[in-house]
Amino acid sequence: MSLRQDVDLLRNIPLFAKIEPSKLKLLAFTAERLTFTAGEILCRQGDEGDSAYVIIAGEADVLVDTDAGEVAVATLGTNDFLGETAILCDVPRTATVRARTDLETLMVSKDLFFQLVGQFPSMAIEIMRELARRVERTTAQLREAVSRERAGPSGR
Amino acid sequence: MERTVYGFIFRYSKREQVFILLFTLLSLPFYYVSLDIPKLIVNNVLNEPDAPAGGAAADGAAVDERTMAILGFEIAEVERFALLAIYSALFLLLVLVNGGFKYVINVYKGLLGERMLRRLRYRLYSRILRFPLPHFRRVSSGELIPMVTQEVEPLGGFIGDALALPMYQGGLLVTALVFIFMQDVWMGLAAISLYPMQGWIIPRLQRRVNLLGKARVREVRKVSERIAETVAGAEEMRANGMARWELAEFSARMARIFDIRFSIYRKKFFIKFLNNFLAQLTPFFFYAIGGYFVIEGSLSLGGLVAVLAAYKDLPPPWKELLNHYQIREDAKIKYDQVVTQFAPAGMRSDETIAGEASVPPFEGRLAAANVAYEEDGETLVGGFSLELPLDSHTAIVGDAGSGKDRAAMLIARLIDATGGRIAYGGVDGDDLPEPVSGRRIGYVGPSTSLFSASLMDNLLYGLRQSPLRPRGGGDDGAEREAERFRSEAAKTANSPDDVSADWTDLERAGAGDRDGLLEAVRRALAVADMEEDVYQLGLRGRLDPAARPRAAARLLEARKVLEARLAEDAYEGLVEPFERARYNINATVGENLLFGTPVGGAFDLDRLPDNDYAMSVLDEAGLTGDFLEIGREVARTMVELFADLPPDHEYFAQFSFISLDDLPEHQAVLRKADRDGLDGLDGAERAMLLALPFKLAPARHRLGLIDEAMRARLLEARRLFAEGLPAELEGAIEFFDRDRYNAASSLQDNILFGKLAYGRAQSQARVGRLVSEVVEALDLRPVAVEAGLDFEVGIGGSRLSPALRQKTAIARAVLKRPRVLVLSEATSALDGASQRTVSDRIREEFRGRAVVWSLHRPSQARGFDRVAVMKGGGIVEQGAYDDLMAKGSALADLVAAE
Repeated sequence: MSLRQDVDLLRNIPLFAKIEPSKLKLLAFTAERLTFTAGEILCRQGDEGDSAYVIIAGEADVLVDTDAGEVAVATLGTNDFLGETAILCDVPRTATVRARTDLETLMVSKDLFFQLVGQFPSMAIEIMRELARRVERTTAQLREAVSRERAGPSGR
Repeated sequence: MERTVYGFIFRYSKREQVFILLFTLLSLPFYYVSLDIPKLIVNNVLNEPDAPAGGAAADGAAVDERTMAILGFEIAEVERFALLAIYSALFLLLVLVNGGFKYVINVYKGLLGERMLRRLRYRLYSRILRFPLPHFRRVSSGELIPMVTQEVEPLGGFIGDALALPMYQGGLLVTALVFIFMQDVWMGLAAISLYPMQGWIIPRLQRRVNLLGKARVREVRKVSERIAETVAGAEEMRANGMARWELAEFSARMARIFDIRFSIYRKKFFIKFLNNFLAQLTPFFFYAIGGYFVIEGSLSLGGLVAVLAAYKDLPPPWKELLNHYQIREDAKIKYDQVVTQFAPAGMRSDETIAGEASVPPFEGRLAAANVAYEEDGETLVGGFSLELPLDSHTAIVGDAGSGKDRAAMLIARLIDATGGRIAYGGVDGDDLPEPVSGRRIGYVGPSTSLFSASLMDNLLYGLRQSPLRPRGGGDDGAEREAERFRSEAAKTANSPDDVSADWTDLERAGAGDRDGLLEAVRRALAVADMEEDVYQLGLRGRLDPAARPRAAARLLEARKVLEARLAEDAYEGLVEPFERARYNINATVGENLLFGTPVGGAFDLDRLPDNDYAMSVLDEAGLTGDFLEIGREVARTMVELFADLPPDHEYFAQFSFISLDDLPEHQAVLRKADRDGLDGLDGAERAMLLALPFKLAPARHRLGLIDEAMRARLLEARRLFAEGLPAELEGAIEFFDRDRYNAASSLQDNILFGKLAYGRAQSQARVGRLVSEVVEALDLRPVAVEAGLDFEVGIGGSRLSPALRQKTAIARAVLKRPRVLVLSEATSALDGASQRTVSDRIREEFRGRAVVWSLHRPSQARGFDRVAVMKGGGIVEQGAYDDLMAKGSALADLVAAE
């Protein structure tokens, strides 16, 4: 897989779509291409995080530890971005991500990530949009859960 | 030490000085005759007899016979041409004889000067060893080093000349003068007419130059002290961003030195000018007065010629004498200055630092009675009395100003009490020579100094007090060489001990042989909780398979086992093994080409284009053109990616093939290549591009420049490289061979025998764990630990972490099995868990022996047999930990305040 192909790949990801080509090339050059086999862990809930990943090919499960055990909360696929929360707000990983299939990713280090966000407002907006979407989704799930609980006793 | 330089010289070189003097005197008659001969030739041979002289020659003999005379003695009548030949031959012979004398005297003087210098330096250094420890806080190494090294250097030259030069040059001068006076008294007077003036004015001027010179020495000494301080305080400087101030301060010092130097030059060259002028004034007298006498007839022409020839020889001795006088003044002051610097108050005696008294064993109790200790007039320990059984463990606690650190140093005999006494079971501490206290008492302080040697050497340091077993396998030549070394050392009162002998005292470590010693070392490492650290160092270290074939064989076995494990599904693709017939995409092009580990600098991977052989292989494989193309492509990509990054960006260090500094140069080369083509580049520019492809690793860099076809051609180049390797380069590379241990690679790389795959998640951690498993399974840990002991710790141990340095000091003290172990905040750099482990293990190891531990945290005193609490230099309470705590006492306060 060559650098040029990586650049083309990155350009198709909405997050990086508006970044100028030379920066994209730098990103591709400095980002590490990491492959995971199915079942391998990309990041573990509670660990320190210093990098984010872009999925190039394959699927991964997002799992959250709860009192009731591990719960899958989402599935990520090609072009999805993950791991940004931990590096954005310096908190431990909020979820565990496990490769569902063999997975090709591009690992972006924290420093590079911040540099890019600083230089390209479009990327910041894209991340905001993605985060808002996730909040919206979480709220919806919460709403659902609450109403289910209210309805619970009679529903059973 | 002798107070003046002449005292020193005459005490240690009386005989030699006299010998030089006698030899010099012996040479003078020959010198005188050599002066006389030109005159004889002119007067006796060349002169046409204006009137027939009386005697044999006049009486009708056809041959022109002349009188052969030397030093006024008439020897024979000889035919004129024969006499010329005889005189000429004699002159040549005397030139040789005079030269021979000079040679012998000079060599002997050099020898003497060097011996005296050796003696002086040795003395100064041995005095450093005797300094009281607090003195080291007042003098810096920056001051001591130039004094022992360059400042005494001119003394060596002076000492050889001390007596001989004034005698010899004085002798020459007197001889020449006597000669001139014998020709003509007036000429003689003319020759020395200006001496009184020169002798008066020049030393006066010179003295001022000397004073300036001294000031310069002091300034330079301060500069070296300053540089030493900069090196030591580099962290501070950077942390406070003080470069500008430091530079200003340095600049001011340079300005002072510059001013002094300039002033010296002006004065020095004025003196030279004056000297030259005065020297030229004398010939003026000669020509004027001598010429007058010759015309008048009261002086022969031959006489004037000889006087002029003799006068030619006058100024050098005179100059030398004046010069010597100046050097002498300088040497006197220099010696005085250095010697006073090396005589601080409270120095230990030679007997104390090197004496070997037979001292009865320490039995019973260690008793300190009313011990006092002062530093710079300040009492740091006073009224310190303590008794403890020599098989008990005592903790000393107290706050920072309590004097507990000095108390520990006093007990360890590092410093000398200014009052009271410390007895070790009936043996008075003052009677303990350092070698004995060094054996029986161990000390580990808060700051650890390691020597720039291997870890093992540092651990064994305390066991190497005297040469025990001579270096083996010495033939006659070596024995003669050793004998010469000893006799030369004896002549200068230097140590005759052989450093290359085996000094390690196995018995003291409780070991019977080398294997036993290794066992003891490993135990000491375990006590200091550093076995794992050393193991890790060992994995990254190297091992010499020639010296340890069994270990190498077992590591090869580990390689095979690991290879089998890596073939399991779980590890599939994590490591790409080295195979001669396959291109390794996780290794760089350079590594692929060499297919081995460079030894020494010849095949340094960063500088392969500088290696003619490597380049010739590229040519042979027809790869040079391709490399240039690839290099251009890489350079282009790098320029594109990195050109507009901020200059300090970490990516340059991390990712770029081209450093920021070199980037503009590469840009220029690219432009030139685009304009003129690659053929238009000169050698240096080509080398710049050729260097780049070597750093490419396809799996990592993904530039798509090393395709399948190129890999195949590189494999061919690899073959050519190995087959054509010239004999003289065979030692410069260790090829990868699956069945052979690679001495140039680390243990870890030897076991791994391949490259970690890029782009596989957690490959490093997982493979690392696997390697550890294999090492454990094959019981290779001791091998790795032993390799770790070969680790070079760097200057002052700087390559080890502070914690590891402290652990090393502890292990070193444990290894020599002292009767009494004194520790002073010896685990402060360790983390909490490690502190507890080390403390427990030391106390276990020293069961039945005495431990005195000055603790930095009072609560650690729990568990010690007894606790002494210090305050203001004295002991305020002592007893068992629980008893003291129960009373709600000073100890309780300290623990509460922790």
